[in-house]
Parts: sequence; C-alpha cells; structure tokens
Amino acid sequence: MHTETKVAGQLEQLYGLMAEFDGPESLLEAAHRARKAGYRDMDAYSPMPVEGLAESIGFRRTLVEKIVFCAGLLGATGGFTLCWWMTVIAYPHIVAGRPLNSWPAYVAITFESMVLVACITAVVSMLALNGLPQPYHPVFNVKEFERASRDRFFLCIEATDPKFDAAETRTFLEGLDPRSITEVEP
Amino acid sequence: MDQEQGTTVTIDPGPDKVLGPGHDFGTVTDKIGGVVYRSFLDTPRQLYVGFACAFLLVNVLLVAVTWLFYRGVGVWGIVIPIAWGFAIVNFVWWIGIGHAGTLISAILLLLKQDWRTSINRFSEAMTLFAVACAGMFPILHLGRPWLAYWLLPYPNTMWLWPQPRSPLIWDVFAVSTYATVSFLFWFTGLIPDFATMRDKRPATIPGKIYGMLAMGWRGSARHWARYQKAYLLLAGLSTPLVVSVHSVVSFDFSVAIIPGWHTTIFPPYFVAGAIYSGFAMVLTLAIPVRRWYHLEDMITMRHIECMAKVMLGTGLIVAYGYAMEAFMAWYSGDQYERYAFLNRMWLGGYWWTYWLLILSNIAIPQLLWSRRIRLNVWSVFVISLVVNVGMWLERFVIVVTSLTRDFVPSSWGMYYPTVWDWATYAGTIGVFLSLMFLFIRGLPAISIFEMREVIHHAEPEHAHGD
Repeated sequence: MHTETKVAGQLEQLYGLMAEFDGPESLLEAAHRARKAGYRDMDAYSPMPVEGLAESIGFRRTLVEKIVFCAGLLGATGGFTLCWWMTVIAYPHIVAGRPLNSWPAYVAITFESMVLVACITAVVSMLALNGLPQPYHPVFNVKEFERASRDRFFLCIEATDPKFDAAETRTFLEGLDPRSITEVEP
Repeated sequence: MDQEQGTTVTIDPGPDKVLGPGHDFGTVTDKIGGVVYRSFLDTPRQLYVGFACAFLLVNVLLVAVTWLFYRGVGVWGIVIPIAWGFAIVNFVWWIGIGHAGTLISAILLLLKQDWRTSINRFSEAMTLFAVACAGMFPILHLGRPWLAYWLLPYPNTMWLWPQPRSPLIWDVFAVSTYATVSFLFWFTGLIPDFATMRDKRPATIPGKIYGMLAMGWRGSARHWARYQKAYLLLAGLSTPLVVSVHSVVSFDFSVAIIPGWHTTIFPPYFVAGAIYSGFAMVLTLAIPVRRWYHLEDMITMRHIECMAKVMLGTGLIVAYGYAMEAFMAWYSGDQYERYAFLNRMWLGGYWWTYWLLILSNIAIPQLLWSRRIRLNVWSVFVISLVVNVGMWLERFVIVVTSLTRDFVPSSWGMYYPTVWDWATYAGTIGVFLSLMFLFIRGLPAISIFEMREVIHHAEPEHAHGD
C-alpha cells in the first residue's frame, strides 16, 4: 500500500479522499464500514454494477421506474387519443359499417406509443438523473482512476461531508486496507 | 494497461462454459478493447475482403435504387395481381432477422441466461442493421418514395390523416418504434464500454470520440443503480414489443382476405419464424467473426450449442405452423383455402419453392437433434445458412404464391423477379454486412462490463488477481 500526500495549503480545496481497492468485495465492505462510521457524502466507483453497493452508500431511490411508468401511461393515452381524434374528429369516415370510434383497431398503435415513449424516457431520465452528459468531474483528476473502467474499485469520501477531516478521514480509509489513498483535486 | 492480444492462441472451453480459463476483469477488457484498438493494418484480412465484397453490393444497391427512382417500380417484376413482390418478401425477412437480437438482449436478460452475455451486443447491432434494411423496402415500394412522410400523422394543408384502422399504418408505428427502441437498447448498453475505451487511450482521437459518446460515465454506484433499472425496464418493454412487431407484420397479411393469408395462426407463427431466422443469422455472423478475431474463449461452443437448440425449437414451432395451415385448408372446408394450399404444393408455378422451403426449414434442421452435429461448428454454420434461405423462401411462398391465384381465375398471374429485384435484395445484404463489418471493427462487439459481471458471478475469488 502506498499513499500520496500533497503540499499543505491545497487541502482546503479538496474534492475528497479516494481509496482504491482490488475487488468488488473489498469495496463493498469498505462502503459498509464508511457508512457505519457516519460518512454520508461519498460515492463508490466500479467497472461493473456490484450488487448492494448503491444501498451500502445509502442510495435507495432510483426514481427511474416511477418516471417510466408515468411516461408509459402518457404514451398509451397519447397513442389512443391520436387514433380516436384522427378517425372521429379530424377525418371521420365510416369503414365497413364500423362505428367511428372503432377502438379495437387502435390497440396496436396505443401499445407501440406506450413502448416508444416509455423507452425513450427510461434512457433520458436515467441520464438526466445521473447528471450526464457531464464534461468534467473531479474524480478523473486521479491518475489511477483510469482503471475504474477496467479492474479497480474506488471509494471516494467527499469533502462536503460534515464528518470529513483530511487527516481523520485518511486514517479511517487506511484502516480499510486499500491499495492506495489519493487526494482528489476539485 | 494496453496489452494487445492479437496473436495469442485461444482455446474454446467446450460446451459447458461461457468463458475460457484464465480471464479476469483486466484481461477481458484488454481482449475485447484490443480488437477495436488494433492498428488498422492489423485488421484480419478476411475483414478487408468481406468488407470489400459487401461494399461492392452497396454500390449495386445504389445503382438499382437510382434506376428505380428514375423509372419507377415497373423496373421490378411486380404486376397486378402480384403487387407485393420481392420488396415485401425482403421486408418481412429482414425484420424477422432483427428479432433474434431483441430476444437475446431482452428476453434472455429477463430469464437470466448466462450464455446471453457475449453475443448480446453483437446481435443488437445485427437487429439495428437488419431493421434499417427492412425499413428501406416499404419506402422503395411506395412508388413515390419521396412522399414517405405521408405515412405519418402530421398536420398538413390537405387535412388528411392516415387510417389507423389499417394494419399497414400499425406497421409504420411498430417498425419505427422497434427501430428506435433497438437503437436505445444498443446505445445504452454501450455507454459503460465507451468509458472503458476512453480510459484505455484518453489522448488519442478515437479515445476522445469514445469519451464524447461515454458522456462522462464514471461508474458511480448511484449511476449503476439507475442504469440497471433503466436497462431492465428497456428489456421488459422490448419483450412484448418484439412479439408485437412481427404480429403486426403478420396482420398485414392475415387481415386481408386472400386465401393463404387470411389465417389466425399467422401472428405466433410469424414471431417464431422471425426468431428462427434471426438465430440463424446470428450464427452465420458469429461463427466466422469468433474465428477471425480469435474470440473462441468468449463465444464458446456453449453459445453455439444454445443457439442451435433455440433454432431447433423455433423451427419446430414453424413446422407446426405449416402443418396447421395444411390442416385448416382441409378442415375449414373452404374451397379457396383448399385450392390455395394445393396450389402451393403442386398445382401452381411455384410448387418447387414450397418443397425447397420444407426441405431447408423443416427437414435439414432436424439434424440439430444430434449433439455431435450441434457441437460441430461447420455443420451448424451450414445449417444456419440453409435456414436463412429457407426463411426467405417461406416469405416468398406466403407473399407471392398466395397472390398469384386468388378467387377468380381471370385475375390469376405469375411473378418473375427482374435483375433489379435481385440487385436491390443483394444490395441490402451488402448494406447489412458492411455495417456489421464496420461495427466489429470500430466498437466493442462484446459487452465488456457484462463480461466482468459474468466473471464476478462465476468465480468471485479469482476475478481480480493481477
């Protein structure tokens, strides 16, 4: 394990302290312990989704499913209304003696509109809630972080946390047995 | 960090494993990423040759389409009563091929199948390109393709609206939704891999392009949580979508009253046929690619055997569909139905297409019952090609043979495809293959982050020993 220290004076401009781990299990363990120790403003970074990691840093509500549900309802309603409006209001003509509002024929378009709107919303809301696209983020200042998309796992405790203290937090992170600890410039 | 593994020998771990031995998070990343970051001259020669042939066909398409636009749809063999010729046959064929991609990426995700992972990205791309080829045909078939936007409901000065009681308009909605959702699924899956590609070579121009596409993805646990939720929702929504698309395509036929079309079995039988032909196409593409790029340890015999089994299963559903058509022709007592069927089998001019179809869709694929044949890459490859042809013939039999003989003998006719029909068809195959070749060269053809998940779940203790 090696640690890097920066010249004092840069410390007040710190984004946070980042600990690097070898595997998903050690990151998960570290995140659990950090939360238990009272840290709240932190994030864990991994090259693939790790089960239970989001919960361990205190993240529960993704909101995506609720937004998508509303979008699906909206899409279905919109699709049906479009068909109904086209055949009953805008351009009414009778085909094969069926009523103007021949709703069984609208099912396909209603369904497709529901799927279309829900899927677009799923992707857009996921990106928006994640704050993406984001051209700059402090974690990329850490040299080792380029392996966060390969085979390394990181836990970053952010300076905004009320319990954050450069020295104390570093000692705490060292106790988690990481590969390295780095200061993250803002 | 950037070890290229171009020339290493890869070993197929056999039909029980989805991944070869000795892989950890880092090696799968380097191997799949290395395929993309290989120097241009280091591209497998087969890829060059393949792309050159495919690109030649793209030019054939351009010529064919130019001539079509200049002279009109009369350059094709379509006549009255056979107004739906190759264009619709190819449309249904291509869109069916796309279905396997969605099945692999969505339905197998929901079913938690481990053999889905290394082929999903690849088949999603296949879906996208197949739908692009499919989408061309109805538009080219319009006669005045520059007015294709008339199919969409939009406020216009004539205050005319499309007819939402017609399956042809359902088709517009179904196919455009399918194309959009397939793209979203594919692109969403690529975002974390774009980040990987960015971090591999951040200072290079490709690295910067991947960086822009990654949109600042950093693998945060919060992001992953929302990402997985969105991905699961996409899978859940695509599953009924894929069933609906080919059902709607089958309504184009079954809602009409032509004998041979007016059948209630069409929706399930079309969907099964679509998956059948799609898996055949995935195999046709995956078998050579895994060899050229030495990916035998990631696309293993397990993948190939599973796909062969799905092909066998869906092929049997299709066989049931054929049998049921024959049964209903007899059982309905309808003389037109009965005649349509006899016409298909031996009375009409296209009887040989029907028997060729039975041979290639039903008889030959039965060889896949044998495990020895399923485990032989070459026999699976040949059978997949046979099924591709067979499924094309099926659409030919449905579209053309039914139209040649309807109710009144005075309106009977024959359809003979012209060279322009064949050129357009071959041209779209060129478009499809060119896009596939560009895709496997320029983007990670196997989902890297999902491979890491496979490793993590398979052997958590060995996953990160570097």
